[in-house]
Order: sequence, then structure tokens, then C-alpha cells
Amino acid sequence: MKRTLLSCLITAVAIVTLLFLALPVIAIFAHTTPAHLVDQLSNPVVRDAFVVSLKTSVIAQALIVLFGTPTAYLLATRRFPGHAVAVTLVELPLVLPPAVAGIALLAAFGRLGLLGSTLDALGITLPFTQTAVTIAVAYVASPLYVRQAIAAFEATDPNLTAASRTLGAGPTRTFFRVVLPLAQGGLIAGLALSFARGLGEFGATIMFAGSLQRVTQTLPLAIYAEFDQNFDATLAMSGVLVLISVALLLGLRIGLTWQRSPSKRSLYLFGPSASG
Amino acid sequence: MAALALEKIVVPLRTFSLRLTLDVDSAIALVGPSGAGKTTVLRSIAGLSRPESGRITSNGEVWFDGARDISLAPDRRRVGLVFQDYALFPHLSVRQNIEYARRHEADEYLDRFAIRHLERARPPDLSGGERQRVALARALAREPDVLLLDEPLSALDAHTKAGVRAELHDLLRGLGIPVLLVTHDFEDAAALADRVGVIVDGELRQIATPTELVAAPNDPFVASFTGANLLNGYGERADGLTRVRLLDGTVVTTADDAYGDVVLAIYPWDITISKAAPHDSTMNLINAPIRGIAEIGNRIRITIGPVSAEITAESLERLGLQVGQPAYASFKATGTRVVANGRSLPGSADDS
Repeated sequence: MKRTLLSCLITAVAIVTLLFLALPVIAIFAHTTPAHLVDQLSNPVVRDAFVVSLKTSVIAQALIVLFGTPTAYLLATRRFPGHAVAVTLVELPLVLPPAVAGIALLAAFGRLGLLGSTLDALGITLPFTQTAVTIAVAYVASPLYVRQAIAAFEATDPNLTAASRTLGAGPTRTFFRVVLPLAQGGLIAGLALSFARGLGEFGATIMFAGSLQRVTQTLPLAIYAEFDQNFDATLAMSGVLVLISVALLLGLRIGLTWQRSPSKRSLYLFGPSASG
Repeated sequence: MAALALEKIVVPLRTFSLRLTLDVDSAIALVGPSGAGKTTVLRSIAGLSRPESGRITSNGEVWFDGARDISLAPDRRRVGLVFQDYALFPHLSVRQNIEYARRHEADEYLDRFAIRHLERARPPDLSGGERQRVALARALAREPDVLLLDEPLSALDAHTKAGVRAELHDLLRGLGIPVLLVTHDFEDAAALADRVGVIVDGELRQIATPTELVAAPNDPFVASFTGANLLNGYGERADGLTRVRLLDGTVVTTADDAYGDVVLAIYPWDITISKAAPHDSTMNLINAPIRGIAEIGNRIRITIGPVSAEITAESLERLGLQVGQPAYASFKATGTRVVANGRSLPGSADDS
């Protein structure tokens, strides 16, 4: 008797939780008709924001993978003095308030910033350009990829790397044929999370890059700008972002389930954290 | 046969260093308790860890020389290493695992190890015995100058083990390259290797054929590793023999010469168990309740007083022996060996 009461209670709490999470998402689509939403997608503000978001996100994620993967591998496989500091540095943007991250980027790369005169001498101006958007996104989203990559590399069995070496493969071949395929699930999961986070970036971008239509105005910035002028456009853009997020999550989960899981690979996006 | 030579290599372990000089020209097994640094020796030869000093050469080619600061990368040493857990690549098929070592001749190895029917399977789906064959095929596909095996039989269940052991024995004989294997099990070592070296406390205590080790162990550690009963006592000469008074008062006669503190080794298969006192040539008779009956493979180990004997299950049934029942253990004075004399011994090694 007592037991059924408890399980009823748990079920009820779970339903409330799930409703709380689902309701806002449903509301976006319930507010107007789908046809109207699609119609809004031809609105130039929406279209420009979509292009800016896509372009900066793709470049930022490419940079994150390019720089983050070797860094994560180093942090996962080597122990050196300052290792903990390096890991903290990697994770820092995750806990930094985005607005603070934006100010920090401005203080570093802005005209009057730390590297401002150097960049100026080279004829490079970063703030309020599309490059600035890319930098802001890369800075804020990178921890999600790098952390996951560190965990994935740490989970690969060192004996397999050793076996590869004794079979005549050098470090490079070992990395691409053994380490990378085994860590791949974790890397893709990290990339999906990082992509989703980067797409939603607001605070750092508006501080460091401003909100200029066609140049630096990403979808979240456009949503804010259109909020009191064209609510339907705002809803349309929000709908696009929701759909992208859901597609990312679903695709990822299906992809990971499909893949044979040889190493300790988790179906959950947030695997064990790297360290500390 | 080409040889692998370890010259005064020093391998640092957690609390001590392992020192080893060894010429491997046939199949050699290193046995020793876990934590004795056996695996580290293999990893040093393969180039996966670096000895503190010493020299490792294969066919005269220097793989490691501490004094000249030479250390070839693992992929530049022609070595086949079979890991304890086999370390097969889980994301590659059996064929791809073998092709990893040798791109074009995987078929030859698939046939030779009778694993062609598994070529498309992935390692997680294989049985222990199959995995071992794939691991061996992969290691040999590299055409190594030396084969290293880390606890080759420990990942197998008892049922699979006997068959695999015989297979492996035949394989190692036919290879024509030096083989070094490490194990904690003397029986496995004896079954697979021509010569067996016993490593204790970072030191090679004795290296000899299995028969020699059993017949003439240098010290109590070697004796206990080969499965002997070890009896501590005090010896006195009498009538050309040595009478050893054990700690529990039992007197054991040995044909070996000894005086003072001695350790006797007696092998379980040299001890006869009976329910009544035998009338025969044996000089040593222990009468005590049976302390334990344990099954070891197809043999039964029976402990009476300070000694353990091994008999067949059939004999056990015929005698109707049970724990707690009094019985007689008898063994010949000529079947006992004095393995230590005149010095105190670290701990009691009577663990048989």
C-alpha cells in the first residue's frame, strides 16, 4: 500500500517535471500556424541572421575541433606540472558568465585591449566583425567539446595503443587508426553539444561583436532585436533553433546507439567529466 | 636460433628494482609472484617502458643501451607481444586486426590459426580461446624476431586452458624464434617452456629445465613455486641420515645431509595416503586428522598435518576419505630434499 503510494508520487513528480520542460517548447509552435512560421523564414532579418549563425558556427566548430582535439589528447595522455591548471583553463569559459566572457575578449582583442596595438599594427580589427562572432562562439563553446574529448581519450585502453606500436605502427598511424576511432563517439557527442551551445551564444557575442544585421547579428541576437517589433519573426527563429537542437540530440542518440560500442562509451551526452 | 639478450637490465618497480641478465634462445618462461615485475620485463623488451640501465639486443641489433642512451621506438623493434588481455582492436574485425600488422598476407595467418571462419567477427564477440589465437596470429603476422607472451593462459577458463596449453606448446616449438613468456603458474611455465626462470624479489633465483627445478630447487622459494610442501625444522645426523624435528614435533627422515635449521621440500605426488599404517619401505609416517580436501584439476589435494598429498579422485573414493578423519601420510626419506640449511628463512613458506 505504502509502496504504491510512493510510486504514484514519483510518477506524478516526473510528469510535472517533464511538462515543465516540454511546455515552453510546445508553446513556440502552438502560438502561430506552421504555415505562418515558414512564411516568416523569408523575412530578410531572419534569413540574414540564419546565414550569419550558420557561417560563424561552422567556422567556430571547425576551429574548436582543429585546436581542441590535440589539446584534449595531450591533457588526457600526459601528466605534467600545471596539468590541473591547464584543465581548469579549458573548463573556465563554461562557468564564466557569457557577458563577462565578452568583456574579457574585448579587453584582450579590442582596440584598447591587450593585443589591440599589435593587431592594429597588422591592420586587423576584430571587434564588431564577423570574425569577432566566430571568436566569441569558439571561446564560449569550446569547453563542451574539449571536456568530452578528454574523457573519450582517457577511456581508450592504453594497452591498445601499446599493441598498435608493437605491431609496427608509429604514433601518427596509432592515433588515426586506433585512438581516434575508439574515441569517435565521445568526440561527436562533444561536438554536438558544443555546436548547440555555440548556436545559442548571446552574451559574449553582443559584447564583443555587437548586433549588426547581415554582419554580426546571429539568430539569438536577432530574436532579441525583433522581440518588440515582430513577434512572429521571433517565434519563427526560435522554432528554427528548437528544431536544430532537437535534431542534434536525436541524431546523436540514434548515431551512438547504432554504432557498436567497443570501449566504455556512454549513451549519455554528458559522460564522466575529464578530471577534478 | 637467433637470440634475444638482456644484459644487466634494471627495471624500476614500485618498491624495488628488478635486475636481470638473460639469454633467450629457445622458449623460456619467467615465473614469479604477481608484482615481481615480469610484465615490466616484457614491456621493456618491446620498448613500451624504459629500463633504468642495461642493454637489450636481438640478433646483435641494439634495441636498448642505457649507457649509450639508445632506445628504439616500439614500432622499430621486431617484436611480437601478446598482451595478457590480448589487446585486440575492438573496432576492427579479426581480419583487420591481422592486417594491421601485415597488410597483404592475412589469409596465410587466418588459415594457419584456423580462424578463417571468424575473419569478419569483432573481438568482443569471440571466446577466450579464439581471442588468443587471433592475438597470436596478429603478433606473428608482424614476423617478429622474438615473441613475448604475458600470462598467455590466465584469461582462459580451466576447461579451455588444457586444450589451449597443448596447442600453444606445439606452436611455440615450431616457431624457430626465441620466445619469452611470463606467468605466475609454474605448471603453465613447465608445460610451455624449455627452461623456466624463477623471479623473486627482483632477482632471478634459478633458471633450469622444469624437471631440474622440481628435482633440485636452489632455495625454498623455488621449491614452493614448483608446488612442493615446505617443512621447517631442526636437523640432526643419525645413522648416515638426517632426522628433522618439525615445529609440531613430528620427526621426518631425509637422505640429504643437513644440520641445524633446515627446510625440507617434499612433492605432493610423492606422498601416499592410507587409512591404516603401511608396512613398506617408507621411513616417514604422519598420522593426523585430514585438514582439507581440495580439487585441483583432475587431482585431489589432501592435507594431513604439515603436508599436502595429491591423489586421484578414484583413490579418494576407494579410500572413502573425509575431512576430520584420521589418516596416514607416508613418504620416502629419499623423496625429500633439503632446500635450505643453516640460515633463518623469511616467513613460513609452507603454503602448499
